Amino acid sequence: MVQFAQQVVSGLASGSIYAALALAIVIIYRSTGVVNFAQGEMATFTTFIAWTLVDHGVGYWPAFALTLLIAFAGGVALERIVVRPVEGGPVLTIVILTIGLFIMLGGLSNWIWKAEVRSFPPNRPFPTSTWKQDVGILGVTLGLVLLLYLLFQHTKIGLALRASALNPAASRLVGIRVGWMLALGWGLAAAIGAIAGMFTAAASPPLDPNMMRPVLIYAFAAAVVGGLTSPVGAVLGGLTIGVSLNLIATYDSHLHLDLDRMRLPIALGAILIVLLVRPAGLFGRAAVRRV
Amino acid sequence: MAALLELGGVDANYGQLQVLHGVSLSVGEGEVVAVLGGNGAGKTTTLRAVSGMVSTSGDVRFAGERITRASPERVARLGVAHVPEGRGIFSELSVFENLQLGAYLRRDGFGEDYERVRGYFPWLETRRYQQAGTLSGGEQQMLALARALMAGPRLLLLDEPSLGLAPIVVRGLFEIVVELNEKEGLAVLVVEQNAKLALRSSSRAYVLEVGRVALEGPSAELAENESVRKAYLGY
Repeated sequence: MVQFAQQVVSGLASGSIYAALALAIVIIYRSTGVVNFAQGEMATFTTFIAWTLVDHGVGYWPAFALTLLIAFAGGVALERIVVRPVEGGPVLTIVILTIGLFIMLGGLSNWIWKAEVRSFPPNRPFPTSTWKQDVGILGVTLGLVLLLYLLFQHTKIGLALRASALNPAASRLVGIRVGWMLALGWGLAAAIGAIAGMFTAAASPPLDPNMMRPVLIYAFAAAVVGGLTSPVGAVLGGLTIGVSLNLIATYDSHLHLDLDRMRLPIALGAILIVLLVRPAGLFGRAAVRRV
Repeated sequence: MAALLELGGVDANYGQLQVLHGVSLSVGEGEVVAVLGGNGAGKTTTLRAVSGMVSTSGDVRFAGERITRASPERVARLGVAHVPEGRGIFSELSVFENLQLGAYLRRDGFGEDYERVRGYFPWLETRRYQQAGTLSGGEQQMLALARALMAGPRLLLLDEPSLGLAPIVVRGLFEIVVELNEKEGLAVLVVEQNAKLALRSSSRAYVLEVGRVALEGPSAELAENESVRKAYLGY
């Protein structure tokens, strides 16, 4: 029973990481209309920045906070400089662009930080047990998700962000600078992705240029559960996937089915099943309209 | 007196397709002006040329300031509220959120504006949490108008408010527009297929034909004009 509870909490911790990255994907999907394939590599890149900060003597949590700001600014800059020229163009163009970013950022991480083994944090943020670390990851991630929720639902800028995603033309007519709202969305997505990156490095070390690739697949699965448009769905999807994968891995040691190797196929299978059964996602709902 | 809105020789085009050919018109302070014309005459494009939603050349001036090719955000900032064709409400958001968005550029006075708008549309308060997309067509059009009023505009652009609505609802809408104009001196440029109602509610009108101003004059005179009567009033 204790083992079960521990595994559930551990699953929730990795699930909250998937949820954070899924949320980043949902934010960009809602505003830009595409799945950002570079989300994972953006997270990796910012995690290496955090590592560099700590390497230069900055404390872990100050570096953590600073990295969120850097990621935010980087996300805004990426949208303004790279994405903006193709905005309003064919969806495929933007998709290819995010795939290009995926390759470029992955290459940059490899090139700048080489492929040597690092850990981040160098000495753990939650020093004693992994149990504490799990609770810490879960707490910090869900806390930041809650802040994000409050920003979107209860502030003027949040309302403008949602309005720009729903109806850009009407938003401009009421005076909202939609272009900047898109950039802001990319900034927020990059920041929440950075959380996922830094916690992935802590939860499944080492810090590696390719560490976010499987996480991105789980995040896709989580986002698809929410129909790519529902933040609540993305978070619940992420937590569910985290817990299920962890329980599969735990009980598999008794079953000897070697299911651990099947983690990625299981996640991809989940995406496939959701898309086949409910293309709008379990939480996505078709907008009700009358004319 | 200088006009509040003045278009001088305005061309507008969607890509290769030129829709407006040298349109000139004006709206004075506190004046209701109607634009009539058949489908494809360029009525909607005329409004879009004002609010910067279409590629435009020529001279568009609002309150003396040149706004040709200004962005919709900037035109909104100057005090133009555009209720576009198809209403342009945020169907996924609540009624109240739509009104909040209308007041997006306002720094203060939300409470007073809300009171004032509620005076015209009392039902808004009881429906404030309802998803805007689930309102009836007439209610959506009223919400779009209410949203525009929340911006405290100097000029209201109304695009085909009667589209798809029952005649009694349309009359109610026009009564409110006239009341807004008489009580608050709001200037209105309204584009409308329902020529009878548009001419009755406005002081001056323009008739557009294939992107050009074919006729203009006081609404009462246009209503008597033989060709206008035949083409747009049907008698």
